[in-house]
Amino acid sequence: MIFKGNVQKLGDSVDTDIMVPGRYLSLMNPADIAKHIFEEVDPSFVERVKPGDVIVAGRNFGCGSGREQAPIGLKALGISCIVAASFSRTFYRMSIDLGLPIIISAEVAETASQGQSIEIDTASGLVLLDGSQYQAEPLPLFVQQIIDMGGVTDWVKGELARRALR
Amino acid sequence: MTRQTIAEKILESHRLDDRDRVEPGEVMRAWVDMVLLNDANGPVAFRHFANMGGGKVVRPDKVMMVCDHFAPAPSAAGARMLGDMRRFANSKGIQHFFDVGKGGIEHTLMPEVGLCGPGHLIAGGDSHTGTAGAFNAFGTGMSWAGMAAIMHIDETWFRVPESMRFNLHGQKALHVTGKDVILQILQDIGVDGALYKSMEFGGTGLANLNIDERMGICNMVVEAGAKTGIVEFDDITRAWARDTCKLPWKEVVADADAQYSSRHDIDLSRMRPMVAKPYSPENVVAVDEIHGVRVDQVYMGNCANGTITDLRQIASVLKGRKIAATTRAIIVPATQKIYQQAIAEGLVDIFVEAGAAVSTPTCGACFGVHNGALDDGEVGFATINRNFKGRGGHAGAQMYLGNSYVAAATAVAGEIIDPARL
Repeated sequence: MIFKGNVQKLGDSVDTDIMVPGRYLSLMNPADIAKHIFEEVDPSFVERVKPGDVIVAGRNFGCGSGREQAPIGLKALGISCIVAASFSRTFYRMSIDLGLPIIISAEVAETASQGQSIEIDTASGLVLLDGSQYQAEPLPLFVQQIIDMGGVTDWVKGELARRALR
Repeated sequence: MTRQTIAEKILESHRLDDRDRVEPGEVMRAWVDMVLLNDANGPVAFRHFANMGGGKVVRPDKVMMVCDHFAPAPSAAGARMLGDMRRFANSKGIQHFFDVGKGGIEHTLMPEVGLCGPGHLIAGGDSHTGTAGAFNAFGTGMSWAGMAAIMHIDETWFRVPESMRFNLHGQKALHVTGKDVILQILQDIGVDGALYKSMEFGGTGLANLNIDERMGICNMVVEAGAKTGIVEFDDITRAWARDTCKLPWKEVVADADAQYSSRHDIDLSRMRPMVAKPYSPENVVAVDEIHGVRVDQVYMGNCANGTITDLRQIASVLKGRKIAATTRAIIVPATQKIYQQAIAEGLVDIFVEAGAAVSTPTCGACFGVHNGALDDGEVGFATINRNFKGRGGHAGAQMYLGNSYVAAATAVAGEIIDPARL
């Protein structure tokens, strides 16, 4: 799949406690969670993000607490894809299982600047940044399939249907 | 089969496809021994479960559900999360359900009730599920949608991690604990030093760390980015498993020629009590280097440092002393059983006499929500596992992390201090 948008640039080790503070973990509606993203450290972030925007971050994005509200909230805010030099693995896993595309590229993380236009092909790992081309790590095939299905929900439905036929 | 790490062996024994061995980097399908849900991730997982078609949980005996985050309920919204847990447990026939007052904090409770053991593969919604590594199990925090998937189809996918080896040797000094082992490792390798990897602990020094201190180490491997942290099986693990584990278990040790991506030597005898400064668990210094930092609140307890070992360490410092007038102290035993034992041993009397608030088990203040959250500008010292901005409550609060001896001494002095100097 191909995702196009503008870069929302973030730094290293952005942790989930500042993405969605603990007191909002009882919110269940994705749109409600989205309102509070980075509330205490960057209250204008939610205003700046336009649907389709791509987060480009540094190392260890999504570290700290394993909370699905973080990728759920970012997705509901309109973030179409996240590129980072590296991801916290819980965040990485959660994003894949929710169908939020996630790409690793230290080069793009280093080069991209706020507001640049960006285009990402998750299947090939090819990234276009204001016209310049970068090759990110392509996702493993099984992971790519989960993302193409929009997350594990449809994978499970498919597995249940397949097993019912056996 | 040779040249395998502990993580590779455990994953291989759980794989569902027919390839003969696992390789780091490979994505594989596997079954797990237990799914661990709490009241912060459970209610979200239940929604995923319904979206996937609802109906029966395929293996209700392999699901453990613990009320610990919004427990006891700090608000009506929290009470709804706990209510979701009860309704799901009742309607799906989940036997391993632990409500308020009937369990404690999940990662301490799971081994206490014998629901994890050597060789097990455990998927949890909470990032600290790696704590089970103290019992020679592969515990890992994963997605909540992924846990709903396991409840439907009894399988999931894993990327096989590379492994790092930490060999411990020597005898540790007084006031040095497992907490200092992991804080020193964090100082060395940083918060992404073990990203996606398994951190495996072995060596002769293990014999000097009891089960509780091993939990303190494995609890924080996720702060280095690790997928899991596993202590090699030894006599201490065997004694624990024989006494406590209620499920079949199998010891796992790494092959002598196992392929580790790096090997690290840790001399316990040279170790000092360590402290992580705001705002990162890698921002670690020896306690001597930050004497005198004034502290508003000291919080003692969490999923790995509310053990009876920790409570005894705290009591050894607080006995006959008082909490500083300018500081408040909160002590949270990790489970009801530990709480009861602390009462029986007279520890709770010592805490109350010293002027500390002692509470029922909860994750409340550890995730900055209740039972001791910090305000803007306040400085906290805690035995918890992370101190990112906003973790203790307000983003303007500062949090220092350290072991139970240092925390108790700090509560008495009102400022960070080496317990030996108290």
